[in-house]
Amino acid sequence: MINIQSVSHSIQGQTILSDISLSLPKGKLSALIGPNGAGKSTLLSLIARLHALQHGVITVDGLDVSKTPSRTLARKLAILSQSNTLASRLTVRDLVSFGRFPHHNGRPGAEDKNKVDEAIAALGLGEIAHRFLDEISGGQRQKAFVAMAYAQDTDYLLLDEPLNNLDMKSARALMQTLHELSEQSGKTIVVVLHEINYAALYADWIVGLRDGKLIANGPTHDILTSETIETIFDFEAEIHQIGDQKLVMHYR
Amino acid sequence: MIARRLALLLCLYGLFSVAFLTVNARGNWDFVLWFRGTKLLGISLVAVAIAVATVLFQTLTHNRILTPSLMGFDALYALLQTVLVFTLGGFGFSQLSAQTSFFSSFTIMMVASLLLFGSLLGKSVDGRREDIHRLLLTGIIFGVLFRSFSSFLQRLIDPNDFVVAATSAMASFNSINADLLLVSSLMIAAALVATWRMRFDLDVMALGRDAAVNLGVHYKRQVYAMLVIIAALVSVSTALVGPVAFFGLLVSNLTYQLLPTHRHAILLPAASLLSACVLIGGQVVLEQVLNLSTPLSVIVEFLGGLTFLILILKGRNR
Repeated sequence: MINIQSVSHSIQGQTILSDISLSLPKGKLSALIGPNGAGKSTLLSLIARLHALQHGVITVDGLDVSKTPSRTLARKLAILSQSNTLASRLTVRDLVSFGRFPHHNGRPGAEDKNKVDEAIAALGLGEIAHRFLDEISGGQRQKAFVAMAYAQDTDYLLLDEPLNNLDMKSARALMQTLHELSEQSGKTIVVVLHEINYAALYADWIVGLRDGKLIANGPTHDILTSETIETIFDFEAEIHQIGDQKLVMHYR
Repeated sequence: MIARRLALLLCLYGLFSVAFLTVNARGNWDFVLWFRGTKLLGISLVAVAIAVATVLFQTLTHNRILTPSLMGFDALYALLQTVLVFTLGGFGFSQLSAQTSFFSSFTIMMVASLLLFGSLLGKSVDGRREDIHRLLLTGIIFGVLFRSFSSFLQRLIDPNDFVVAATSAMASFNSINADLLLVSSLMIAAALVATWRMRFDLDVMALGRDAAVNLGVHYKRQVYAMLVIIAALVSVSTALVGPVAFFGLLVSNLTYQLLPTHRHAILLPAASLLSACVLIGGQVVLEQVLNLSTPLSVIVEFLGGLTFLILILKGRNR
């Protein structure tokens, strides 16, 4: 379980998050939604100790993220950040192999190699595994970074807009993989999503933010009402029922 | 392929060293070997120090056209020398023992680099993004400041003192001070051991701050450790031969071309060997084969500057 208690954050006097308290269920796929600048990425970075906490406490599986040694946390939680630029020239396989670093500290063994192979296969990167990252498309690069987080093989996986640059088929495949990971391997997954219907179809839990404030927090079915969507995104959206599935008609 | 190229570099280094010690040697062998041996050791130390410092600095800043010396180090060194001449006078300066002069420049360079880079990089350690542009601009502005200040001081001293100041601020691979070799060997050895122990963390840090933190590297601690190591290496090499601005850039980028790998366990020894090969080979060819009196540093700087321009024109600043 990820427990967030009265977390506030400001950058240069500008409030990014104000007094957020919530807990994300263990073993489920949670979606973080909200308009641009709502503070979704900041919240995710704070959970993953990429920024120092200013106010409040965050615990992951009972471990306080600001006190637990970084190496211990690296075996517990992985994050895929939004912008990934690289200085060194790496192949896809090199990059994915880095995901195993917290487990082997620079000396990979047989098990690490298997995990890397598994991650490459899971993201369908087998054919381009030997290519350099600066020679492949943005979507393929995005997949390589997801594969790296996958290879890290942590109980908690945080992904900041993982569907960026992905085509429809890849986006769908990635969401299915994430869903399987939480369903079958019991991993806790938190995803920042912009396409709310992916949240509607795959997420068990939805957290809605707006202007740094917590607007909605609950099971997917309860959150998907036109009133809640309107308070989060500030536009009227019809909710359609297709089978037992709710979908948000937000295209027009 | 990588192992073969490393072995090749090692062979080249051995070959150049033997050539350096023996070509055109006349007279008493004991004297020749002792005389050339200390010079060989000195040049090798400087070569390793510059190569490792540059590779570390480029990993730290995630940028392959930056070197510690491009960030105003050489200018700071020149300023320090000028200040010494200014306060002690040309005669007093030449009376200083090698150790005193070495440790004073070493301490000041260490403190200055920690203040300069520590404050700049320290912000990016906690903050959001690495601000490479600010880092670069600050370095350049400091360089100009140091340079203007030393030329101001040089205008105030008398012409004889000026000559002393000007020569001591020039790089020279011929006038390595043998008294300093033991001290600098020990310091470089300590820095190299520390670097080697963090070689795996360095690979991860090259991925960028967020990725490194995610993978459990103690980023802030390692950044400061790297700064201390870089400051020590640069200080030692500058104290031994004087400032060489572009040499590190030449060597590090040749290494990246020659050995396309991200692993510092390979990059660091390769860059060190390559750097030693260039300096020693260059010295042999220049002194013994071509009988030229052009200082090697001039040619190395010319080639390094050319590399810098090519890198910029090719737009490969990553």
